[in-house]
Amino acid sequence: MDTVLIHLLNALLYAAVLFLIAGGLSLIYGVMRIVNLAHGNLYAFGAYVAAWAVGLMLDSLPTALLYLVLVTGAVAAGALGAVLEPTLLRPLYRRAEEYQLLITFGLLLILEDLMRLLWGPYPLSVSALYEAMGSLHIGESIYPTYNLAVIVVGGLAAAALWAFVYRTQFGVVLRATSQNMRMASALGVNVNRVYVQAFTLGCFMAGLGGAIVVPQQGAVLGMGVDALILAFVVVVIGGLGSLEGALAGALLVGIVRELGITFFPEIELAVLYLMAAVVLLVRPAGLFGRA
Amino acid sequence: MNPLAASPARLARVALPVLAALLVVPFVAAPYQTVLLCYGLVFAIAALGFNLLLGYTGLLSFGHSAFFGVGAYAVALIVKYLKISSMEAFVAGGILASALVAGLFGIVCVRYTRIYFGILTLALSQVLWSLAFKFFWVTGGSDGLRVPTPSLLGAAIPGRTDKIAFLANRYYFYVLAIFVVCVALMWVIVHSPFGKALQAIRDNETRAEFVGVQVHRYRWVAFVVSGVYTGLAGALWVPLNGLTTPDILHWTFSGKIVFFTVLGGFQTFFGPIVGAVIYNYLETYAVGHTVYWQLVLGVVLVVLVLVLPSGVVGTASRLGLWRRRAPSP
Repeated sequence: MDTVLIHLLNALLYAAVLFLIAGGLSLIYGVMRIVNLAHGNLYAFGAYVAAWAVGLMLDSLPTALLYLVLVTGAVAAGALGAVLEPTLLRPLYRRAEEYQLLITFGLLLILEDLMRLLWGPYPLSVSALYEAMGSLHIGESIYPTYNLAVIVVGGLAAAALWAFVYRTQFGVVLRATSQNMRMASALGVNVNRVYVQAFTLGCFMAGLGGAIVVPQQGAVLGMGVDALILAFVVVVIGGLGSLEGALAGALLVGIVRELGITFFPEIELAVLYLMAAVVLLVRPAGLFGRA
Repeated sequence: MNPLAASPARLARVALPVLAALLVVPFVAAPYQTVLLCYGLVFAIAALGFNLLLGYTGLLSFGHSAFFGVGAYAVALIVKYLKISSMEAFVAGGILASALVAGLFGIVCVRYTRIYFGILTLALSQVLWSLAFKFFWVTGGSDGLRVPTPSLLGAAIPGRTDKIAFLANRYYFYVLAIFVVCVALMWVIVHSPFGKALQAIRDNETRAEFVGVQVHRYRWVAFVVSGVYTGLAGALWVPLNGLTTPDILHWTFSGKIVFFTVLGGFQTFFGPIVGAVIYNYLETYAVGHTVYWQLVLGVVLVVLVLVLPSGVVGTASRLGLWRRRAPSP
């Protein structure tokens, strides 16, 4: 029983981080119809900034406050998004999709090396924050408390995002723009502003994902590219542009991955990619997408 | 499309001097430069195949690494399990394996277009990547598989010491011959009724279907031809590299193939070829001069998309036309 619970918690942990990345990716696609190949690198950027900021203040701040410092990663990723959208993406909305994919691929390459340039080739870690929380006893097993905190943060973020999109004025404007950009524009919505806000929000979430995994996994080069593909799988399963879909997809991928690691480690990744391919074939719009 | 591009006389005027220059290279350039060019020609074959889908059929694949990798791994597995090291067997194996995989992937992929096509090809190519990565007892995992120097047309296998001389001379000509055949064949394909049908599908799928083009079947054939070209390139690449690793199956390698093609210009026939050769030099020199080579390539790509979307060849031919028109008002 305990092992089942532990596996379930691991799946949830994985799903929480994936949702933060995939939710942002999906939000950006839903509003702007852009598949951001550099999204994983914004997640990695959040992780690096968080690790760097915590490292700077490790000696001067009490541990409890250091957890708040992690948020700098999310803020930095959001700020980067706010700069990138108007400068690089905005000139491309009227052009073919191929170019939008390519420019985000170029951005992926640039960000990957920019992180190498800024923080060097070695991983950054802040495991002090991970260890400071200690661990819990679940039956006869022990489980790191920090992992539970990540699950809680992921759940809170999902709830906050839902409230934001469905219960605020801004959310109405966002959904209107997503459904029909021209009509929203004709009704007086400043589409450019909505786009930059949506992109910033998406990047903020990715950065938050990076910031909360840093104490557990550290920040390493290449983490963005790996995360991007899994976020893709999530988004494809759930439906491009659907937040509920991203949540369901993240849970499904989290569970399958946990099962995979336990029972079929060789083909764990292959199964995930195949799941995405099968969903695309059976329901191209995803489980929760609008056709 | 440029209406002048299709005339055979114009083709000969461009292609023959280039071919002559390519034939002379091994005699005048340093072996290293020839080998570098050889890589470029191999990538050009891949890009040529890729562009049958992007430029002529209007489908952006983000999974062509699958075919390149299948071609390369087919060769490596032939060496490992059949103990054969004849280049002809490698080429045949690469073509067969990539045709098989492209045929299977094609059945599911051609039903979709636009972003769904891109993601589907990406997901399927990642399946192969993860299998190559995890099944280490077959594929060597991240260490990859070694491929020894092959024998060409039944000739004796050269010794270890003169491998570079072999690659820069006999192997170069071998690749060049295949390259010429590939270019000629692709030229025939895109100017045939089949090629025109693909362009009709690209420009307007509904109308193409209305005039009797079997859209899915045509797309499938284009997909397989495209995959085989890229797979053949993979098979030719392995002996050059001496090693195949899962990197060439990863989706970022697909991104590179897209990069070649857009760098040269995907709306022209020769664009992908030029793009692949230029990209190869660009990457080799960037890697040689800085650890931040991805940054260099990324900046080139971003500038390219923003400033020169029709690529090197597209821009050059547009400038050429513009100049020709300019004197006669």
